[in-house]
Amino acid sequence: MSVTSVEPSGARPRRLSPSRFMIYAGLFVAAVYYLLPLYVMVVTSLKGMPEIRLGNIFSPPMEITFQPWVTAWDSACTGLYCEGLKVGFWNSMKILIPSVIVSIAIASVNGYALSNWKFKGSEVFFTILIIGSFIPYQVMLYPLVIIMRELGIFGTLTAIIVVHTIFGMPILTLLFRNYFAALPVELFKAARVDGAGFWQIFLQVLAPMSLPIFVVAVILQVTGIWNDFLFGVIFAGTENYPMTVQLNNIVNATQGVKEYNVNMAATILTGAVPLIIYFLSGRYFVRGIAAGAVKG
Amino acid sequence: MNKHNVSVSVQDLSLSFGTLTILKQLNLDIQEGEFLVLLGPSGCGKSTLLNCIAGLLDITEGRIFIKGKNVTWAEPKDRGIGMVFQSYALYPQMTVERNLSFGLRVSGMDKAEIDKRVARAADILQIQPLLHRKPGQLSGGQRQRVAIGRALVRNVDVFLFDEPLSNLDAQLRAELRVEIKKLHHSLGNTMIYVTHDQIEAMTLADRIAVMKGGVIQQLDAPHEIYNRPVNRFVAGFLGSPAMTFLDGTITAANGGPAVNINGTVVPLGRYGFAGAAPEAGRPVTLGVRPEHIAVGGASPEPEADRRHWVTDKVTLLEPTGADTIVWSELGGLPITVRVDAEKHFHVGEPFAYGLDLTRASLFDKASGDRL
Repeated sequence: MSVTSVEPSGARPRRLSPSRFMIYAGLFVAAVYYLLPLYVMVVTSLKGMPEIRLGNIFSPPMEITFQPWVTAWDSACTGLYCEGLKVGFWNSMKILIPSVIVSIAIASVNGYALSNWKFKGSEVFFTILIIGSFIPYQVMLYPLVIIMRELGIFGTLTAIIVVHTIFGMPILTLLFRNYFAALPVELFKAARVDGAGFWQIFLQVLAPMSLPIFVVAVILQVTGIWNDFLFGVIFAGTENYPMTVQLNNIVNATQGVKEYNVNMAATILTGAVPLIIYFLSGRYFVRGIAAGAVKG
Repeated sequence: MNKHNVSVSVQDLSLSFGTLTILKQLNLDIQEGEFLVLLGPSGCGKSTLLNCIAGLLDITEGRIFIKGKNVTWAEPKDRGIGMVFQSYALYPQMTVERNLSFGLRVSGMDKAEIDKRVARAADILQIQPLLHRKPGQLSGGQRQRVAIGRALVRNVDVFLFDEPLSNLDAQLRAELRVEIKKLHHSLGNTMIYVTHDQIEAMTLADRIAVMKGGVIQQLDAPHEIYNRPVNRFVAGFLGSPAMTFLDGTITAANGGPAVNINGTVVPLGRYGFAGAAPEAGRPVTLGVRPEHIAVGGASPEPEADRRHWVTDKVTLLEPTGADTIVWSELGGLPITVRVDAEKHFHVGEPFAYGLDLTRASLFDKASGDRL
């Protein structure tokens, strides 16, 4: 080559230029701003009531005590009962596990049928399902209450599971339909030529290669159902109140002294399940959001 | 055609999606043990036709028979067909062995028979060492072999291939092409093979069906398709480098028909017309394949030389290795001539070439049909 190659010249770029510094400083401030409430919660939950009354909410505990956590879990009062949050925790589990399994089982088959076994009107059916996800929940509450009453299951575990399954259907079906539609259609054809039927193709060919989307669906449903308050308070019935409802009853108790440390511990306990799910599967969590957004 | 030996028969098959018609009134009889290639550009309906035969697409009209049985509305598994796809379509979570046996397992066959058939297929395709691997650990050629094996274990009557080699690189494609041909010789099954690659079509086929716009343009032996294309589309689709097309008009010269190409008159005395010779003044297109043109000057005995000699200039040279493509002109229109690479020509030099009109094709300019 006749052209002389261009050597790098001038000062080596500095690691931390002023603009970089500004960005990091901004991010640091934002992080502190959002972490501060969590810090206050953790610190307060580890203090005794006398120390809280001093009013220094940002100061670390002088004497660490786990008693508020034990109280929150075991003996905090909600109305007349003083059995702590554990009742709500197990109620939430009883609601969560069947709801997640039933909603995903139905939605995955829906998505499979809508992408691979198109029938006359399947597009219309799908469109109606998607429109369902744009209607505010509150609009449907009263009709649903009547439906549940007529079915004779209002105020039971069955009712809340049915409600969660219904409301999970649009987004989960969309998720599964898009995932199955993106799989090579030749796989489906090959399985049909091989003689596999509707369920054999789904269970033996497509489902085993769709683990990522099932994980995404589980994460979406677990966080959604666990954090639900509205449906729980309306449909579950008093003895099945989920953890979120119980938390509200503990924190908003009007009698007696406000036990801030117990309230803080109870709040952290309630938020722990989705947080743990998030930390364990953050990668899939992000992928799920992206899958729903881009391929829609 | 003996009806007893027809393996696959497609009768008046039409397929349309709404107002869009993909296949129009298509008829096709495929003989027992025949290797038929469906050839055409993308979007011509060749893969669609194959999917209809497989039962993966519901047809709008018509009937399909396989081995004399009406399978128009039968499930794919009940048609006695096996299919090999372009993307291999192997089940990624299953080992090669389980991929091969999947169809047999879902049909509830007993274990011993399954093992026997898998072993036989693995033996024929030489994939025994791969049986316990997953498709992800195989090369493209190995995957395609497994895909063929999946059809093989089911003892089907008809093999359907949907562009099976298009995802492979050129060298592997040539190897597997030979293997598929050998497989056909040893098994003797009916095979229907979809491709857009004319080399695959020419090398593999007993007969080729050239398709365009959902219609079979010509169904014939490769040699016939190549040498006597029924229309301009077929003529241009096969052959590389492509046939040269020269537009002109029919005139009478020396008492016989001739074609006048911008003033250059080429007599058609030796051309075999399909019907009566066309009347003077008719616009036509003369098609000449680059390999049907001779160079080196007229034979010493002009009587014996059946060629029509033209002299022009070399305008461009394209060496391809074994041959060189010489570009010249006839009546001002470009024409290509395939010559031995050992013969040397130079751009701008005079160039004499002889057209073999017995092997040329003449088409009506308006309709494109062979005259």
